[in-house]
Amino acid sequence: MFDLTGKNALVTGASGGIGADIARQLHAQGATVGLSGTREAPLEALKAELGDRAHVLPCNLSDLEAVDALPKQAAEAMGTVDILVNNAGITRDNLFMRMSDDEWQSVLNVNLTATFKLCKGVMRGMMKARWGRIVNISSIVGATGNPGQANYAASKAGMVGMSKSLAYEVASRGITVNVVAPGFIATAMTDKLNDDQKAGIMGQIPAGRMGEPGEIASAVVYLASTEAAYVTGATLHVNGGMAML
Amino acid sequence: MSDVADRVKKIVVEHLGVEEDKVTENASFIDDLGADSLDTVELVMAFEEEFGIEIPDDAAENIQTFGDAVKFIKEAS
Repeated sequence: MFDLTGKNALVTGASGGIGADIARQLHAQGATVGLSGTREAPLEALKAELGDRAHVLPCNLSDLEAVDALPKQAAEAMGTVDILVNNAGITRDNLFMRMSDDEWQSVLNVNLTATFKLCKGVMRGMMKARWGRIVNISSIVGATGNPGQANYAASKAGMVGMSKSLAYEVASRGITVNVVAPGFIATAMTDKLNDDQKAGIMGQIPAGRMGEPGEIASAVVYLASTEAAYVTGATLHVNGGMAML
Repeated sequence: MSDVADRVKKIVVEHLGVEEDKVTENASFIDDLGADSLDTVELVMAFEEEFGIEIPDDAAENIQTFGDAVKFIKEAS
């Protein structure tokens, strides 16, 4: 099940907690992985850990010209891009009334516009191959909203609408476009929360714990697989029951 | 018929699965040859590769018939 031998996967944000585990699990299923991220050192460390079938493709997604170049670099390194996982994301939290245009725009650029550009950049190859998998990593807050995160929530909800629209357009070409929406996952991003915040969140999670990055990665592996060919335009919520959508 | 037209016709016949004699000068990909809008995108991609040219999006939108395609490619290559 879920054998990805011979498939080439580009993962953005592979230097982060969730992205690294997504790359690890795709690689474990036999895929060749292109590891993209802003910081090169963790990418090199991950490549060293994985061994063969791993390529480091540094890219700063807030530089939209660099984003345009990434699909080509990935195709040059791996031959094709069969699986694209748009996992990279940033937060710049602030109360809505205090949120600056820059805080708004920078989050939209990285989380939504870069995702759009990368999807577009890999689409030609997937259409020719009549096979492709796009998995966009959204967030529970894209569906529920979250105070202080109007920009982040907008970008993550935008991702869902974009993914569904693209899924319609390319379904007949053997390409699926799906979304994984993590709840609260133990990563550097959620480490920033204080104990009170964490306790408050815990009370809202029926599973009674934060999720692990590997639990997001497993959902991505499923949606990237040949077995998931009939699943498209879906949002898979992985949140311990925090929001049953 | 020119070489360019022959090569374009071959791509159209293969991609859309239509009879060769249906691919006439004024045949519209969408209205006459059964293409959907994504087919026209794929046809343009195939023309770009066959002829080693780049067809910008605004030009691609104006390529609606077999004749349009042949004319554009002759001018571009």
